[in-house]
Amino acid sequence: MADLTTTFLGITSPNPFWLASAPPTDKEYNVRRAFEAGWGGVVWKTLGSEGPPIVNVNGPRYGVVYGADRRVLGINNIELITDRDLYTNLEEITRVKKDYPDRAMIVSLMVPCEEEAWKAILPLVEETGADGIELNFGCPHGMAERGMGSAVGQVPEYITMVTAWCKQYYSKPVIVKLTPNITDIRNPARAAFKGNADAVSLINTINSITSVNLDAMSPEPMIDGKGTHGGYCGPAVKPIAMNMVAEIARDPETRGKPISGIGGVTTWRDAAEFMALGAGNVQVCTAAMTYGFRIVQEMISGLSDWMDQKGYQRTSDFIGKAVPNVTDWQYLNLNYVAKAKIDQDACIKCGRCYAACEDTSHQAISMSADRVFTVMDDECVACNLCVDVCPVQDCITMVPMQPGQVDPRTGKVVQKEYANWTTHPNNPGAVAAE
Amino acid sequence: MPTSLTPGIAPGRLPADQVAANFADLQPPLDGHEAAVAADRCYFCHDAPCVTACPTSIDIPMFIRQIATGTPEAAAKTILEQNILGGMCARVCPTEDLCEQACVRETAEGKPVEIGRLQRFATDTIMAKQGHPFTRAAPTGKRIAVVGAGPAGLSCAHRLAMLGHDVTIYEGRAKPGGLNEFGIAAYKSTNDFAAREVDWLLGIGGIRIEVGQTLGREISVEGLKADHDAVFLAIGLGGVNALSAVGEDIQGVADAVDFIGVLRQADDLTELPVGRNVVVIGGGMTAVDAAVQSKLLGADSVTIAYRRGQDQMSASRYEQILAQSKGVRILTNVQPVSIHGADAVSEIVFEQTATVDGKLTGTGEQITLPADQIFKAIGQTFIGDVPVAVEHGKIAVTGPGRTSVAGVWAGGDCASGGDDLTVTAVAEGRDAALDIHATLMGGN
Ligand SMILES: Cc1cc2nc3c(=O)[nH]c(=O)nc-3n(C[C@H](O)[C@H](O)[C@H](O)COP(=O)(O)OP(=O)(O)OC[C@H]3O[C@@H](n4cnc5c(N)ncnc54)[C@H](O)[C@@H]3O)c2cc1C
Ligand SMILES: Cc1cc2nc3c(=O)[nH]c(=O)nc-3n(C[C@H](O)[C@H](O)[C@H](O)COP(=O)(O)O)c2cc1C
Ligand code: SF4
Ligand code: SF4
Ligand code: SF4
Repeated sequence: MADLTTTFLGITSPNPFWLASAPPTDKEYNVRRAFEAGWGGVVWKTLGSEGPPIVNVNGPRYGVVYGADRRVLGINNIELITDRDLYTNLEEITRVKKDYPDRAMIVSLMVPCEEEAWKAILPLVEETGADGIELNFGCPHGMAERGMGSAVGQVPEYITMVTAWCKQYYSKPVIVKLTPNITDIRNPARAAFKGNADAVSLINTINSITSVNLDAMSPEPMIDGKGTHGGYCGPAVKPIAMNMVAEIARDPETRGKPISGIGGVTTWRDAAEFMALGAGNVQVCTAAMTYGFRIVQEMISGLSDWMDQKGYQRTSDFIGKAVPNVTDWQYLNLNYVAKAKIDQDACIKCGRCYAACEDTSHQAISMSADRVFTVMDDECVACNLCVDVCPVQDCITMVPMQPGQVDPRTGKVVQKEYANWTTHPNNPGAVAAE
Repeated sequence: MPTSLTPGIAPGRLPADQVAANFADLQPPLDGHEAAVAADRCYFCHDAPCVTACPTSIDIPMFIRQIATGTPEAAAKTILEQNILGGMCARVCPTEDLCEQACVRETAEGKPVEIGRLQRFATDTIMAKQGHPFTRAAPTGKRIAVVGAGPAGLSCAHRLAMLGHDVTIYEGRAKPGGLNEFGIAAYKSTNDFAAREVDWLLGIGGIRIEVGQTLGREISVEGLKADHDAVFLAIGLGGVNALSAVGEDIQGVADAVDFIGVLRQADDLTELPVGRNVVVIGGGMTAVDAAVQSKLLGADSVTIAYRRGQDQMSASRYEQILAQSKGVRILTNVQPVSIHGADAVSEIVFEQTATVDGKLTGTGEQITLPADQIFKAIGQTFIGDVPVAVEHGKIAVTGPGRTSVAGVWAGGDCASGGDDLTVTAVAEGRDAALDIHATLMGGN
């Protein structure tokens, strides 16, 4: 069995599955149970400064987007940071870390953007024996209005400044958690590393309104007839999160820097995908909130089975392996030609491929009177839409054409050589091939 | 207190609560959650095969999508626009041979989308509301006679009324509904659904029903033609095929359809007598219904005796399994020879059959079954003295129900073409109505 032990910033945990800073990590009771269930580490629910804690709304704080059969695709929330006393949290962290020395314990922090505030809290955290801190520059609601959370995360200079304070007043690793509510994720990531962050973690939640109550004419979750934007998370945000992780992993300025991947991780496969794109580990929130702590067992068995199949002995064998294959559109091989092919034995004749291609693509699928669906190679542009909408897995496949064959759509011979847009004759800015 | 073992034909073989449970909905209605789960399974197919398989061509993917998006009343309108008896059809259609057989998820997983039950969910929702979902077009001043208030007649009348015509339905029996009221198995149409559906359908307005008006007695085609702009004949199959077995008229031998008709009209099923040993002769839906309901009333042994192999029974596989699951024995490759009994029937003798050179022949080997009640269910026939052409024992029609006589249309079981099913009768009634309308309004 593959060894899932993962070392991130020198912090070793028995597996790469950490719980993200959120309700699952809000208190000792939860975290002990999470560790018993098998989670490799936790990022404790974000702590604020000493003094009266923040308050949460007393109405609903979550909204939801469902897929078929009420499967949760996305949740949004308007919860704030911990609403429990700072010292209670610190005592609990100390106790739990002592009892679980082999698990990663990271403390998430969010205090005002003033040096004194950080200088006050960091020694207290240091005393707990936790393995590191995560700076919550991501929370998009409530805290941002008070100049914290994503209000900091959206200003690269603040990120650098606060990170530098933390490096100055705290001895252990500092992770900077990024907000996706920006235009280019590379800027806040560069700013974090400029302040000497040890790693970035991303994404925090995405600003969102998940639903509108059409009777009350209010966004949901609705509190006394009103709603506000909340942070979106869960399977629906995974594609956005993975792109952001990949952008940082392949940015020349931040390439190779440690990343903790967050956003929609629900199964072992999601975790493997994030890690292939350069995440050194993953953090999970919504999946645990939807199904409970037990899911980590599927993540553990799934990841290790897959690693055994692929011959990976440890997680470092595949972390970042997909990064070199993430490129810009302009470098994609325009000489690669594929055609959709329907496996007639697998086809159940639903006609979805036909409707999709005929109504919205390239009119490349024919339908006979007895419902046989066939791709017409002379029209197919290999857009993949039919594959996407076909309800039967592997029923439609994209078959690459071989060099030397004639593409019946264009009448051109398929070339063996790679050629991209930068040298394409239709490109006004084309450069001569070297 | 009689029991299942009491000899002869006796009422009250089972306690009232047991009978009530036995005759409850065969397929319980879906609740909102179940409907949402079932609707999620539909792929919204292109030119969907289920629609092609529905005789009334209901836009199935559309109505299921409307259920899935929380608008079951819109779904019901999609159904009822094509099939005004969509409520009854949801209960009685042999979906396993129609839409659900064609469903691509039957192909994919052997488990079709539950179209019938979803249809019931939608139609039940709209019928629970006050009022009628359709309105009538401006009056045309045309008057149309419909003969027979079964599914074909009701469907035709509704569509004509909607198009602005005034309709009178002449019905021979004392109650409308046709076989929905007198034929369909009781556990498919519970809580007096057939009668409630007729009342709801009449909510469109413009339809008058005259009961006790039998064609050939109180009324005639010629007479109706003289008083109306068009006539639609929908009188079903009134006759029953005779057995060619000696002893057919001994006490205790009856037509299955008559037994079912009495059962459907009974106020208290525990007062309905049934035999201890019941034998049903036939292989269709009527045979299955008579057999199953006998069993549900408390008969000790019930046997369906069919003259060919089980795969040739016209009752669907689903119906056969239903019968067997209720404890009915299906005996195949036997034909009746003679029925015996002094005052009342006591046994029936069958001869084993075989198909030789494509012809069914007796093998000479005999079997005797004890029987104190025997039901004949070997098919219904068209009886009716009508002044229009008849072919293969039914009214000959072309296209949308046109008979050999101008101004007279026919549809449902009494007309040629199509299966003898409720849904087919509804389709034929609707199509005839559209053709009558087109003809009366200038034909273009
Ligand atoms: C026992 C049984 C079970 C069945 N189960 C099913 C089932 O589960 N699913 C299914 O799809 N189909 C079933 N069928 C078939 C279905 O009931 C018929 O196909 C359908 O009712 C035909 O409709 P119709 O309007 O043509 O005729 P009918 O329903 O027979 O209606 C004819 C109407 O005309 C009236 N009438 C007859 N003669 C005259 C006359 N001379 N003058 C005036 N009025 C007259 C009758 O009283 C009746 O009201 C079953 C049939 C039987 C017998
Ligand atoms: C109810 C809720 C509360 C959260 N609170 C915090 C928080 O206090 N600090 C923080 O850094 N992130 C917080 N998050 C964000 C999560 O840690 C995580 O970044 C996000 O949910 C994306 O991961 P997921 O798709 O696995 O849920 C919260 C998320 C949820 C759903
Ligand atoms: S790949 Fe695109 S163009 Fe080709 S058949 Fe499929 S949908 Fe049509
Ligand atoms: S979408 Fe797939 S299953 Fe459906 S008709 Fe096309 S190829 Fe067949
Ligand atoms: S065939 Fe089945 S899946 Fe397709 S539209 Fe009809 S009910 Fe839906």
